Amino acid sequence: MSLGLSRIDLPDGAPPREAFGEALAEAGRDERIVAVDGDVNNSTFTSKFAEKYPDRFFNVGIAESNLIGIASGFSASGKIPVAASFAIFLLGNAFDQIRMSVAFPNQNVKLVGTHAGISIGEDGPSQMAVEDVALACALPGFTVIVPADAASASAATRAMLEREGPSFLRLGRSKVPVIYEDGADFQLGKANRLRDGDDLTIIANGIMVAMALDAAEGLAAEGIEARVLDMHTVKPIDTAAIEQAANETRGIVVAEEHLAWGGLGATVSMVVAERRPTKMAFVNIGDTYATSGKPEEVLAQFGLTPDAIIDAGHRVLKD
Amino acid sequence: MLEARTEERSEIEEVARRIRRDIVTSTTAAGSGHPSTSLSMVEVVTRLYFGGVLRYDPADPHNPDRDRFILSKGHGAPGLYAVLAEAGYFPVDDLKTLRKLGSPLEGHPNMARLPGVEASTGSLGQGLSIGVGHALAARLDGRDLRVYVMSGDGELEEGQVWEAVMYAGNQGLDNLTFIVDHNKFQQTAAVEDVLPLDPLDAKFKGFQWEATTIDGHSTDEVAKAFDWARGVSGAPQAIVANTVKGKGVSLLEETPESWHGKALPPDEAEKALQEIGA
Repeated sequence: MSLGLSRIDLPDGAPPREAFGEALAEAGRDERIVAVDGDVNNSTFTSKFAEKYPDRFFNVGIAESNLIGIASGFSASGKIPVAASFAIFLLGNAFDQIRMSVAFPNQNVKLVGTHAGISIGEDGPSQMAVEDVALACALPGFTVIVPADAASASAATRAMLEREGPSFLRLGRSKVPVIYEDGADFQLGKANRLRDGDDLTIIANGIMVAMALDAAEGLAAEGIEARVLDMHTVKPIDTAAIEQAANETRGIVVAEEHLAWGGLGATVSMVVAERRPTKMAFVNIGDTYATSGKPEEVLAQFGLTPDAIIDAGHRVLKD
Repeated sequence: MLEARTEERSEIEEVARRIRRDIVTSTTAAGSGHPSTSLSMVEVVTRLYFGGVLRYDPADPHNPDRDRFILSKGHGAPGLYAVLAEAGYFPVDDLKTLRKLGSPLEGHPNMARLPGVEASTGSLGQGLSIGVGHALAARLDGRDLRVYVMSGDGELEEGQVWEAVMYAGNQGLDNLTFIVDHNKFQQTAAVEDVLPLDPLDAKFKGFQWEATTIDGHSTDEVAKAFDWARGVSGAPQAIVANTVKGKGVSLLEETPESWHGKALPPDEAEKALQEIGA
């Protein structure tokens, strides 16, 4: 493995959002950092920051538009505001505020949206952010990060706070398999190659990274060697890693827990189309909303499984 | 150095005339813009910038201890630009470039391009929340500065305003003053006919604010209101400024519904300048 990364364990690890909360609390030594939350701090885990730094924590109530405006004002006064809520209420409810008060004036606001994707399960589609990556990527100057596990969520939090400029960190609700050791290399805008292979490349982020590794195991049993790239940063995208994959393997599968339009698949496709056209296939939620159910049932019903990635790999490799 | 520029009363009235002149000439030169919404706010912003209230330094526009003025009703940009030019942020001559390609004097304020602009606005309802962020940051840092935000009256139809009002009142942000330019008309009709606001000061008081209602064209009442605001402790303050849309130009005053977002043609602008007398 490159980068000293290894896949440690398949059973449940800590939820990435909890790792975010711990990393934020740790980073709070920097007095410029403030946290603004829409009354979901025990879900987003900004509560961990609030316990250590109550004076710099602001629960503004269930009012995401005001939340974003306040974060913008903090930024304009030299603070580093972390604006947290459920991903869909931030990006969905407050999109115009994010556009006008954060992106357009290029404010140093760190959006953190939890409970993204359909893997939240039982709470159902109203709570499931499935358009959020597209919305965030549409905003000029934004950094958009979708980490795969707790350790990378923690590293992403630190990297996001250090990078000047607006960003969106997307986190799910559930525990996810451990992919990285603590302290593993994590650079914004640089994909991590988790598995080598010359037949096929699987590009994934978020919870789909663990599934991509499982799919690669399955493909290997058939004699197909798949490269797996954790594309944790959707914007700015790692064009070099994509171009290299297109050159060195016979095709690319992109897997994401998001609608088909405007997310990782669309972003990778732009790079492929411009730099090195190759065969591609996509694993995503398609063009529909999901339903309530147990997370694993919902994921299976809407086609987010290792088997779906294997099938996509077969489509790419078929002449 | 930060200071509150303090002019004599007669000079302030002269400045107000010049600002009215600049609003008319810049929008007519641009061929578009919102002169009538800019004209209604002239006495309030003139008093704020030149009547010993706002502490600022055009040579050091990002000084962390400066007071902030956020124009939430971003379509009043021609009025804000005229004031910033008068204050010395850029030459008055630059007002001619309003809305032209390459000019930082865009149709609505863009803080990234024009020093002195504290927030990029133009999508209504967002300025007060930004002001709350500044006011909270000042309180955290122990900075003795004040934040002033000006909204339109139709703009109060935006729900975000009331999210911010509720939160600022609960936080007791006494370094925050919210001015409503109550000029009675929005784009298509009278505010009274779209969504009536009165009693407006009672709405603020209901959210733990202090509130006062004044004649927004009386420089003395405006001055007194700013003095009053600075004296309030433990609560944010709302100043409801009763104004006339298009103030100072009779054509605009008489038919406000017909002139929202329209510049005067050159012949009407000539007449307007004579009326203004600057």
